[in-house]
Amino acid sequence: MRPTRELSGWGRYPRRPGPVAAPRDAAEARAALSGGVVARGNGRAYGDSAMGAALTLETRRMDRMLAFDPERGQLVAEAGVLLGDVIDAFLPRGWFPFVTPGTKFVTLGGAIAADVHGKNHHREGGFGAFVDWVDLMGPDGQVTRASRETAPDLFAWTLGGMGLTGVILRAAIRLRPVETGWIRQTSIMAPDLAAAMAAFEAHDAATYSVAWIDCLARGPALGRSILMLGEHARRDELPVEQREHPFETPPRRRLTMPLDAPALALNRYAMRGFNALYWARGRRAPRETLVGWDGYFYPLDAVLGWNRIYGRRGFLQFQCVLPPDRAEQGLAALLGETARTGQGSFLAVLKRLGPGAGRFAFPMPGWTLALDFPAGPRSLALLDRLDAITLAHGGRFYLAKDARLAAATLHAADPRAARFRDMRRAAGLDTAFASAQSERLLL
Amino acid sequence: MTDPDPTPAPVLILGGRSEIGLAIARRFAADRHPVVLAARDAAGLEADRADIALRHGVEVRLAEYDALDLEALPGFVAAQQPPPGIVVSVVGLMGEQAESERDPQAAARVMRSNYEGPALALGLFAEVMAPRGKGAIVGVSSVAGDRGRASNYVYGSAKAGFTAFLSGLRNRLSDSGLRVVTVKPGFVATRMTEGMDLPARLTAAPAEVAEAVVRAVRGGPEVVYVRPIWGLVMRAIRGLPEPMFKRTRL
Repeated sequence: MRPTRELSGWGRYPRRPGPVAAPRDAAEARAALSGGVVARGNGRAYGDSAMGAALTLETRRMDRMLAFDPERGQLVAEAGVLLGDVIDAFLPRGWFPFVTPGTKFVTLGGAIAADVHGKNHHREGGFGAFVDWVDLMGPDGQVTRASRETAPDLFAWTLGGMGLTGVILRAAIRLRPVETGWIRQTSIMAPDLAAAMAAFEAHDAATYSVAWIDCLARGPALGRSILMLGEHARRDELPVEQREHPFETPPRRRLTMPLDAPALALNRYAMRGFNALYWARGRRAPRETLVGWDGYFYPLDAVLGWNRIYGRRGFLQFQCVLPPDRAEQGLAALLGETARTGQGSFLAVLKRLGPGAGRFAFPMPGWTLALDFPAGPRSLALLDRLDAITLAHGGRFYLAKDARLAAATLHAADPRAARFRDMRRAAGLDTAFASAQSERLLL
Repeated sequence: MTDPDPTPAPVLILGGRSEIGLAIARRFAADRHPVVLAARDAAGLEADRADIALRHGVEVRLAEYDALDLEALPGFVAAQQPPPGIVVSVVGLMGEQAESERDPQAAARVMRSNYEGPALALGLFAEVMAPRGKGAIVGVSSVAGDRGRASNYVYGSAKAGFTAFLSGLRNRLSDSGLRVVTVKPGFVATRMTEGMDLPARLTAAPAEVAEAVVRAVRGGPEVVYVRPIWGLVMRAIRGLPEPMFKRTRL
């Protein structure tokens, strides 16, 4: 009998017990295939993407790095390797992932399946753009090496395919050569949404750009934000005393959320305080600073288990992307609706995206907004309204964040969903690979 | 944290396929020790070999090793060149207590895997290593060897033999400069124990066992419980008078 455990995404909503298997290699993974399986990496998708319909196949024991080619910066590794492990092993040798999401605690398999994006998406593309190939286990247990040259269709559906095209066992990814572990960060204050968007456009050449929005600001201040730009620092840009050890950045204090915060702690006043504080800190900050890679890319990773800040009931993420021509109006409507309810959002992140890599991947050229809310009926109702605004502005939804979208909304927003489903049916993938999310969204 | 050795000694892991063995190998490699993983069908460990070498930039080799093949043992010991500075045995076999009670072949396999094999291997390595006047021999034994209990006394008695062997070896080599370390994990969260309902306070991760091994190799007590609480638990269990102990169900 298989062990069962309570499963949830990073948002801890929904939760459901389910059988799990944690194979150590391809043979054990093959033996576990039984229909209704989805692979699960480190559980950083927020909703129910990595909760198997019948069985959840954990990849955490398949976490070996297999080969590195310094000529091309190509790392071959098993799907369960964490991005943070890649950084630990390769930053001291002058390499960094080309694309990283806001946490280093994601697995390579998860990053490929969700085609995650980072602060450089507008210029360099998503995680999938730097994947050379994947070894994918199909319904029959056969492993196919899919790339842009061989099995290109399967490869393109797999980038952003949410694990629904098979089990990603191994992948070859590209790393970026860097001279230091430091980022030159520039903070720009934007008093409102139009200013924030203009600042993004004015700094389109920046490698990294992202904005944190004070999402409780209303009226003329709606969308006021801090835009943070970043460039990998060259060695000669470090203070002299650091040039001898360019990859050593100060160790960060680790905090752990020991307990679930009482829900009360996150009322709108606390949230207002947080956002005001953040705003004040940004105002104080000098124009350009050197920041260690960990603090720049992963500010929230310093608080291990920060998802518990929302208490036991969990939280909901909302992330959509809107096309450029309707973005300003759409973003204003989304932020206005959020501010109106006074629900606040612990985090509100705005970012420009470029084209996506995969056939069903989330990114498209435009603007993406991410918000989070405590789980509960008020938030669920608010998210339905945000869905409607997104739909009305030609946007689409990020499935790695989703826990509650309606199938009809997804299919109305994204005609690719039906093509993805038809492809899965034709290839016999739909019965073999299924998650709670794919069943809910009729994929 | 203790400073790593100036020139990290090569480490040989007997039982390199086990999760605890791999965790120990990773931990030493992180401090730049070259590592040899010894196990049956060693070629099957190629992915683990590559992983440790890539992550830590150290040399990692595989060696074919069968803990129960005593005939091959002297040759295996002689073949380890350069000779290891640190040898760790995580060889062991839990078996099924009920099966061991009925089937002498099964019981002998448990006894030989937990006592005869690892004790004789570490004994032979000690002969080679003691004259050099440095290094460490580490046996991963078990709290189960501290007192025979109804639930696992076949396994426990073999571990008790192993613990006693290491005690004697340590006693004999106390002036040699070679450390002889006995590490006693309690419950360890591995695939073997997956799905069992183990008390969290008494259950260590393989990486904790590895940390305890590395610490003990570098100094301090040579007999260590991975989680100190196990020292208290086992002292209480050992302290029970036999008439009372024999009626317990532990």
